[in-house]
Amino acid sequence: MAIAREAEPVSSLREIREAGLDREDLFGIYRSMLLTRGVEERGHILYRQGKIPGSFYTGRGNEAGSVGVATAMGPDDVGCPLHRDMGVHITRGVEPWRIFAQYMGREDGPTRGRDGNVHMADSQLGLLAMVSHLPAMLPVAVGCALAFRIREEKRVALGWFGEGASARGDTHEGMNFAGVRRLPVVFICDNNQWAYSTPTHLEYGCETLADRAQAYGFEGVVVDGTDVLAVYREARRAIEKAREGGGPTLIESMTLRMEGHAVHDDAFYVPKELFEEWAKRDPIERFRTWLRANAEMTDEEEDEIGAGVKRTLNQSMEKADASPLPDPSTVTERVYASVEDLDTPHHK
Amino acid sequence: MAELTYLQAISDGLRGEMRRDKRVFVIGEDVGVYGGAFKVTLGFQEEFGPWRVLDAPLAETAIVAGCTGAAIMGMRPVAEMQFADFISCGWDHLVTVAAKQFYRAGTPVPIVVRLPSGGGFSGGPFHSQNPESSFAHIPGIKIACPATPEDAKGLLISAIEDPNPVLYFEHKHLYRRIKAEVPEERYATPFGKARVHREGDDITLVTWGAMVYTSEEAAAQLDDDGVSVEILDLRTIVPWDREAVLESAKKTSKVMVLHEDTRTGGFGAEIAATIAEEAFEHLDAPVKRLAAPDTPVPFSPPLEKAFIPQVDDVVAGLRELAEY
Ligand SMILES: Cc1ncc(C[n+]2csc(CCOP(=O)(O)OP(=O)(O)O)c2C)c(N)n1
Ligand SMILES: [Mg+2]
Repeated sequence: MAIAREAEPVSSLREIREAGLDREDLFGIYRSMLLTRGVEERGHILYRQGKIPGSFYTGRGNEAGSVGVATAMGPDDVGCPLHRDMGVHITRGVEPWRIFAQYMGREDGPTRGRDGNVHMADSQLGLLAMVSHLPAMLPVAVGCALAFRIREEKRVALGWFGEGASARGDTHEGMNFAGVRRLPVVFICDNNQWAYSTPTHLEYGCETLADRAQAYGFEGVVVDGTDVLAVYREARRAIEKAREGGGPTLIESMTLRMEGHAVHDDAFYVPKELFEEWAKRDPIERFRTWLRANAEMTDEEEDEIGAGVKRTLNQSMEKADASPLPDPSTVTERVYASVEDLDTPHHK
Repeated sequence: MAELTYLQAISDGLRGEMRRDKRVFVIGEDVGVYGGAFKVTLGFQEEFGPWRVLDAPLAETAIVAGCTGAAIMGMRPVAEMQFADFISCGWDHLVTVAAKQFYRAGTPVPIVVRLPSGGGFSGGPFHSQNPESSFAHIPGIKIACPATPEDAKGLLISAIEDPNPVLYFEHKHLYRRIKAEVPEERYATPFGKARVHREGDDITLVTWGAMVYTSEEAAAQLDDDGVSVEILDLRTIVPWDREAVLESAKKTSKVMVLHEDTRTGGFGAEIAATIAEEAFEHLDAPVKRLAAPDTPVPFSPPLEKAFIPQVDDVVAGLRELAEY
C-alpha cells in the first residue's frame, strides 16, 4: 500500500482561482505548453535537416509536469530543470530563439556552444544549467536551498530528477540532507516510466517513489503529470510550505515519455498499447479541452494563442539561424572565472 | 607576528575570513561541536553559530554539491573533507559540476574544499593519500598545497577569495610539527607564485607540501658534498609557476622533481615534460623524478617508510644528479 498522498484532479475554475490563477494565467499556461512542444518539434526538424550536431532530446508528454511546476515558482525561486523539462525554461521566460541557437551550437545559445541540447539555463531567470550526470543537480538544488536558509531568505529551490535517476546515491544524499535540515527545497520526480529502455520495476522496488519521502522525514505526493492544473496546485502547495519553513516535499509526477529516449531511439521496447493509452491523455489536448469546458475558451482565443506561438517559433528559428558559430580561437577562454564574473544575478 | 603551528595558521585564516565576510561558511563531518577531526574549526560553532558551521551528514556528495549550489547562490562555502581520501565520494560534484559550470554556463562556483592529506603516521591506504595530481588533470579546478604556516593562512585566504573551485590540500604531517611566525594581519598569498625555500646554484629541487621539509634535510646533506641545492616550493600546482621553475632550471641546469603522490601520471611528470620542452638545451642531466611507487599507501611502518620518499632517497637522487 502506498504511503504517499495521491493528489486529486482539479475540476472547476473556482478551484483553480483559489489556487491563485486567473483566466489570463490559464491562457499563459496553455501558451507555454504549446510553445514547449513547438520548440521541441521544431528542434526535431532542425535535427533532421542536419543542423543540430550531437544528439537531440525532447520531453513530449511532460509539458504539463514542467509548465505546471514552473508556473508555481516565485520570481526569486531557483530551479535545476532536466532534459524533459523544456517547459520550465519556457515558463521562466527564456527566449525560444536562444534555445534553437543552443541546439545548433551557436554563439547566442545560453552556453555559447560550450555545451549542447538541453544542457543550458539562463541564470537571469533563476535556472541552473544541468550536467549530463543524473541526478547531479538534485543535491545542487539542495545547496541553493541551504544558502537561502543560512541567509534566512524566503526563497525556494527546486530540483528535478527522473525515476531512473532515483536509483543513484545523489538522490539519497540530497534528500537526506534536505530532510535533516528541513531546507526550503521541492523535489520533482518526472516519472515517465522509462529510463532509456529500462522500465520502473528494474529501477526501484517501492510502490511509488513519493513513498520514500516519509523515510527522509517529509511529505510525498503523487500527481497525475498530464494534468497541468493538478501539478500546479501541488507544486504551489509544496513551494509555499517550503517558503514558510515547512521543509521539503517530494512530488512524483506521473506521465509517459511519448518518444524514444532521444532522437536515435524508436522505443521498440515500449508496448504499443501503452503509447495508445497515454496518447489519449495528452497533456496539451487535455488542458485545451478543460479550458473550453471550464474557462470558456473561444475559437478566436484558441486560434490567437496558436497563431502567436507559431509566429514566435518561425521568427525564433530565423533569428537563431542568423546567430554565428563560436569562434574556434576562443576555445581556451573562460575556463577559470575572474572576480568580475561573480557579478551574475545569482551571486548578487 | 605570532608563532603559529601550520594547523593554527589554517584556523586563523579561516576564522578571519568568517569574521569579515558573512558569506563564508564551513560545512563538513564533525566540524561543529567537535571542531573537526583535526580541530581546525575548534570553537568556530560557538562563535559563528550552527548555520555557519554546519555538521554535515556522512555524505560527501551532499557536502560538495551543497557547496556548489550555495556558492552559485552567492555564498562562499568552505567544505572540510574529514580526510582528503574521501573526496573520491564527492568527485563527481567537483569534476562534473563545479569544475565545468563556468565554462559551460558562465556561472562561477567559488568553493573551497579543505583536504587533510598525506601520510607518515600509518594511516593506511584510505587516510594517507595525496590525490592532488588526479585533480590537476581537471580543467576548471585550482589546487593549493601550502608547506608553511604563513602560506597556510595566505593561500587559504586567496582560495576563499578565488571565484573558482579550489582544492586546498593541508598536509596532516605538518599540522602540529611545523611552527613559524605568521603575520597577524590579513594577507592573500597569490596562486601560481612559487617560493624559494632555499637558494642554491647546482641543482633545482621542485616540490610542494610536506616534501619541502624532506628536501630541506636532504639539501643540508648535499652541502657537505659541496653541492648547493635550490628548493622551489610550488605552493599551488594549478596554476603552477612555470616561469620560476624554468628560470631556476636554466640557472642550475639540473632538476629534480619530488612528490609524495605516486609516480605515474603524477604532477612531477608534467613539470619534467615542461622543462624538457622549454629548457632542454639548458640541461646538463635528464630531469629526475622522485615520487612514491605506484602502489596504494601501505599501512605497516616499514612499508609506509618504503613508500613515502625519505631524506635518504632524496639525498641519493641528488647525488646521482650531481655526479651526472
Ligand atoms: C549518471 C548517469 N548515468 C547514465 C546516464 C545516461 N542516461 C542519460 S538519460 C538516462 C535515462 C534517465 O532516465 P530517467 O532518470 O528516468 O530520466 P528520463 O530520461 O526518463 O527523463 C541515462 C541512462 C546519465 N546521464 N547519467
Ligand atoms: Mg524516466
